[in-house]
Amino acid sequence: MGKGEWAIAVHGGAGVHPNLPKESQYKAKQLLTRCLQLGVDALRLSQSALDVVELIVRELEIDPIFNSGRGSALTAKGTVEMEASIMDGVGRRCGAVSGLSTVKNPVSLARLVMDKSPHSYLAFEGAEEFAKQQGAETMDNSFFITEENLHMLNLAKQQNSIVFDYRIPSTNNVSMEKMNGLPMKIYAPETVGCVVVDSQGRCAAATSTGGLTNKMSGRIGDSPLIGAGTYACNMCGVSCTGEGEAIIRSTLARDVAAIMEYKGYKLQEAVDFVLNKRLDEGKAGLIAVSNHGEVAIGFNTVGMFRGWVTENGIMEVKIWD
Amino acid sequence: MGWAIALHGGAGEISRSLPLDKKQPREATLRRCLDLGISLLKSGRTPLDVVELVVRELECCPHFNAGRGSVLTSDGTVEMEACIMDGNSQECGAVSGVSTVVHPISLARLVMEKTPHMYLAFDGAEAFARTQGVEIAEKSYFITPSNQERLKLAKQSKSSDYNTEATPTENEGDSHLGTVGCVAVDANGNLATATSTGGLVNKMVGRIGDTPIIGAGTYANALCAVSATGRGESIIKHTIARDVAALMDYKGFSLEKASNTVITKSPQGDVGLIAVSADGEVTMPFNSTGMFRACATQDGYREVGIWSD
Repeated sequence: MGKGEWAIAVHGGAGVHPNLPKESQYKAKQLLTRCLQLGVDALRLSQSALDVVELIVRELEIDPIFNSGRGSALTAKGTVEMEASIMDGVGRRCGAVSGLSTVKNPVSLARLVMDKSPHSYLAFEGAEEFAKQQGAETMDNSFFITEENLHMLNLAKQQNSIVFDYRIPSTNNVSMEKMNGLPMKIYAPETVGCVVVDSQGRCAAATSTGGLTNKMSGRIGDSPLIGAGTYACNMCGVSCTGEGEAIIRSTLARDVAAIMEYKGYKLQEAVDFVLNKRLDEGKAGLIAVSNHGEVAIGFNTVGMFRGWVTENGIMEVKIWD
Repeated sequence: MGWAIALHGGAGEISRSLPLDKKQPREATLRRCLDLGISLLKSGRTPLDVVELVVRELECCPHFNAGRGSVLTSDGTVEMEACIMDGNSQECGAVSGVSTVVHPISLARLVMEKTPHMYLAFDGAEAFARTQGVEIAEKSYFITPSNQERLKLAKQSKSSDYNTEATPTENEGDSHLGTVGCVAVDANGNLATATSTGGLVNKMVGRIGDTPIIGAGTYANALCAVSATGRGESIIKHTIARDVAALMDYKGFSLEKASNTVITKSPQGDVGLIAVSADGEVTMPFNSTGMFRACATQDGYREVGIWSD
């Protein structure tokens, strides 16, 4: 892939139930394909990388299949507390939000924080208030809360544990009928993210999530944290997903860029390096693009919902290895 | 090798004509907290304990912008944030939007040790504080008359205090007083860092700055421990604290070279940091007018300062 070529990568979370029903697999792939196509059309209309990551993540947020916007995982209180961040590699401008309960598209509010506020990050009531000031579209709580997620929360409460849906069932003592206490027909949806490089070599990244099922109210994960779940600079754009705590302590997204910048690694080498060396026991996946139009994807979970497309016409959408 | 400790009370536009009644209590607190940290290290407390206990002391001092003395939001309320991280285990805890907790840094440590999460904010953080029985206080404890005055001035100039490019008025010589932080390393090379803040004057309700963000305002690993201060939005986008560690790790820079490189690359006037390495080195660079700071090492070096000399 040469200089000046655009590329898009998108994800719907790392860690997939091995027995995910075919129909669910099909729906997830269809959504990812639609998002890529949307992005291609926008890039051909000369939209910036920043606009395209926002556009695609909005689409993912509106669809209840993944864990962001509509379809967000529920807190222990049965509410949604959504978070998102967006970063423009140009000037490393960034915006983030946490604790949203009514905003239809958290990623667009993150963009407004970046563009229209003196700050980089707003959370909870202050973020909701800002959303109203900006006229961001809001919805009733019932829009976000799906039957499946209510069911998952109940199951998680019965287990009296938080559902870390990235965790792989260990080979012993785990019935194949369940994963983290969940019937196999209900798979754990995940964080969404998108990275884009446009034909001018501008990189951008965005990530959006509902967080963990049965999380404590007030919990902030990696998705809104610049350098952890999301990062973009003039060399690359990165979006991570998986075990939030491992991603935060390893500043995973920033590390991809740091290794390229300070060690001269290529994009895929940098992605492989952080997955092998920075996560310890942690489970995560990430997508990345470079300013040369390269795409790199890596994960150490069982499966990751992901897709990518490059200017030379290759489009792929995958769940497993 | 040997122990080392550094602490700060914020970097920013600190006028060299800072009145004595504002200068002396801060210098006295820095000295007292430095002595406290030294005695704790000498008595064998872990660096994690040391940074927490020193930051607790700084949070009690109404002359710094953390805990008591936190600056006010545009609504006149306090929304405090804090973060703590252990170098070897890389365990960390953070809180934002805390309004009644006397010691946000200790709540951050409780998030690290007593929850499955790393970071709690606003009502959820307050609710967690209640379950842990931490010390709380009325709003009047946190809100000082000088911060009410500061908010009034900020509102008159119709800007939040973040804009260091704005021409500082005479009164603002004192308004960038900041965030507090502490980094420590023991003789065995164990590292820890802690940062605590009230944020910035006239901030929007809900604003989160760099302090609670791992890699931005606060970071520690097996090589070094860093606490940054200054203009939050700059520190976030440049992942300042993580970058010091990344330059040591990936380019083999010394602590001092890594720290100076990060400060030099940062927007002028915006950033200061304190850092210690596993080898017991200490550094405190800044590119703002000043930084309230203090440090000491086992071999007898000791420094307390505000401006560069």
